[in-house]
Amino acid sequence: MLSYIVRRILLMIPVVLFISMIVFFIIQLPPGDFISTYAAKMTTGGEIMDEAAMQLMREAYGLDQPWYFQYMKWMWGIVTEGDFGYSLAFNRPVGDIIGQYMALTLIVSLVSMLFTYVFSIPTGIYSAVKQYSFGDYLITAIGFLGMATPNFLMAIILMYLSYVYVGDPMLGMFSPEFVDQAWSYARFIDFLKHMIIPVIVIGTASTCDLIRVMRGQMLEEMEKPYMLTARAKGLSEAKIIMKYPVRAAMNPIVSTLGWSLTSIFTGSTITAIVLNLPTQGPVMYNALLSQDMYLAGTWLLFMAVCIVLGTLISDILLVWLDPRIRMQRKGM
Amino acid sequence: MKTMFGDFNRWTQLFRPKKQQETYYAASHWRLMIRKLMKHKLAKASLIVIGLMYFIALFGNFIAPQGLDKYDSVYLNSKPTLIRFVDTDGKFHFRPFVYGMKSDRDPVTLRKLFVVDTTVKYPVKFFVKGEEYKLLGLIPSTTHLFGVEEPGRLFLFGTDGMGRDLFSRIVLGSQVSLTIPLVGVGISFILGLVIGGISGYFGGMIDSVIQRLIEIIRSFPTLPLWMALSAAIPPRVPIVQMFLYITIIMAFIEWTGLARVVRSKFISLRNEDYVMAAKISGVKDSKIILVHLIPGFLSYLVVTMTLAIPSMIIGETAMSFLGLGIRSPAASWGVLLQEAQQIENVALYPWKLIPLGFVVVTVLAFNFLGDGLRDAADPYK
Repeated sequence: MLSYIVRRILLMIPVVLFISMIVFFIIQLPPGDFISTYAAKMTTGGEIMDEAAMQLMREAYGLDQPWYFQYMKWMWGIVTEGDFGYSLAFNRPVGDIIGQYMALTLIVSLVSMLFTYVFSIPTGIYSAVKQYSFGDYLITAIGFLGMATPNFLMAIILMYLSYVYVGDPMLGMFSPEFVDQAWSYARFIDFLKHMIIPVIVIGTASTCDLIRVMRGQMLEEMEKPYMLTARAKGLSEAKIIMKYPVRAAMNPIVSTLGWSLTSIFTGSTITAIVLNLPTQGPVMYNALLSQDMYLAGTWLLFMAVCIVLGTLISDILLVWLDPRIRMQRKGM
Repeated sequence: MKTMFGDFNRWTQLFRPKKQQETYYAASHWRLMIRKLMKHKLAKASLIVIGLMYFIALFGNFIAPQGLDKYDSVYLNSKPTLIRFVDTDGKFHFRPFVYGMKSDRDPVTLRKLFVVDTTVKYPVKFFVKGEEYKLLGLIPSTTHLFGVEEPGRLFLFGTDGMGRDLFSRIVLGSQVSLTIPLVGVGISFILGLVIGGISGYFGGMIDSVIQRLIEIIRSFPTLPLWMALSAAIPPRVPIVQMFLYITIIMAFIEWTGLARVVRSKFISLRNEDYVMAAKISGVKDSKIILVHLIPGFLSYLVVTMTLAIPSMIIGETAMSFLGLGIRSPAASWGVLLQEAQQIENVALYPWKLIPLGFVVVTVLAFNFLGDGLRDAADPYK
């Protein structure tokens, strides 16, 4: 088991390197660079930057070199010093900015994920066990609707509803009076209240998807002969369901854990832009628009690494969960 | 007479069931699939809805009463016009009509709003002359399906903040919103078939390289990647080129799913006896793939493709909504929803969410159709 994990981690290194290369290539694709965007902004502000000044700035930031050279420099900084480069728009090291937004981003993502799994697995089981009941139809209908509604629009609708019924559209992470305060019980409650809409919005699409997968898997597993054996032994129905088909049906859900992170990151990016949350979404969006390449690149890289890690965790969990996979590996 | 007729009846009764069975066994895979799909009520209804949507998109210029950019600075944020049959006196009119509108101010908030002016009536007419356009991009015409005479106004879904008719813009926007997923799926179909086919048919080293590549592409968070790629589109490109770029960006991730299906089907089919027989008789690889392998799983590919369309529609809508996808002067449903970004707009002018309804209905219809196709893909069950 340990050697398997070590081997998997070693295999991750070239993958991450390759990802970082693609990321950097994509980031520098747009025509022009940060300096030209910056100069255009200055012009609208009434100041005019001449070619020489732009050239000077480019040299100062190392933007006059070819992209692969910039990439090598960037990578070298990350590997040797943990330095992710310098954000041109924020005028601060990228590491600082990420540290500032990372905690909240991870909290929102993890809470959404927890919500997704805690809610979808029992619902999927219920839907399968009580197939063709009213509850099953209701869950299926809601699931389809949840999958078909783009989540950013759901954010708008929920904001509107909360504005009408609670009197506060729940923008941002905290109410204005709590923004600059230290952590306290009241602030925590306020934070939880503001988390409701983001979590529902981000989690709904993947929850609906997971409910469908869980239901389908359960229905398939419940037709297997071992169910009959368990019934013949006289086990209670609840015990049969929980002990056999649920365990088997969990497999595909666990194995897609890494990819469900993708959809959560996607959902949280756009939702954060709409709801004006201080997470990575809006920062990333602005960094892309102003071609602040190191900041945008580090974000993309960070997300990709998170997903690769998620895939690794799901593979390890799968080995732990499913004896068939474990045995197969031992046999090899 | 009676005997002859009765005999004839018995004969047909004797042979009818057998004849039906024969056609069942003789029918092609596709015919069986269609037959089974038509039994799936939800899928059938979805097929009709999708057909209707594409019909509207195809004849959009004719159906939309106004052009894409025709604006009316008097009627900003006007609410939807009601089409009436019964007037204020309770009299029924066979020809539907609309009342005129006059602008007024809210007595409390002083906000500008429109009230119905019941003194003037404009009958709704069909095949009226209006703005010039080209039907199907070829035939110049000025006839629109319906409309009212000047100075009457007919805004079926209200107007936006610039006084443009929302209904016309939804109809014309559907041309973009509904073709991007089709072209995108087309591109990813070709990519997925070729790359997945190579991966599955040859196996070995090539297979594992391609599989790692697919894993890497799939390990990017979709939307940020789309955002990064579409930020690379130069700001002032012609509409057609922009459309193409967006489609390619959409297809860039989508093909991986198709490639996986193709690969797994190739692997399960390449060990079949008939493929072995073809190989022994010296048939070329390319011919084996085209003639023996692809027809064997094309139905599964169609299912995967149908189920890939909804995510593309949502993706395009999301990008356009953020201002990173289709940009004006072109319009898609996502562009129309941009105004809904401000909560005041939704609160005061809720009809601006109507494009959302179209997105949801289309996505649902494709999902249901895909589900029906999946059940039908294996018609022998």
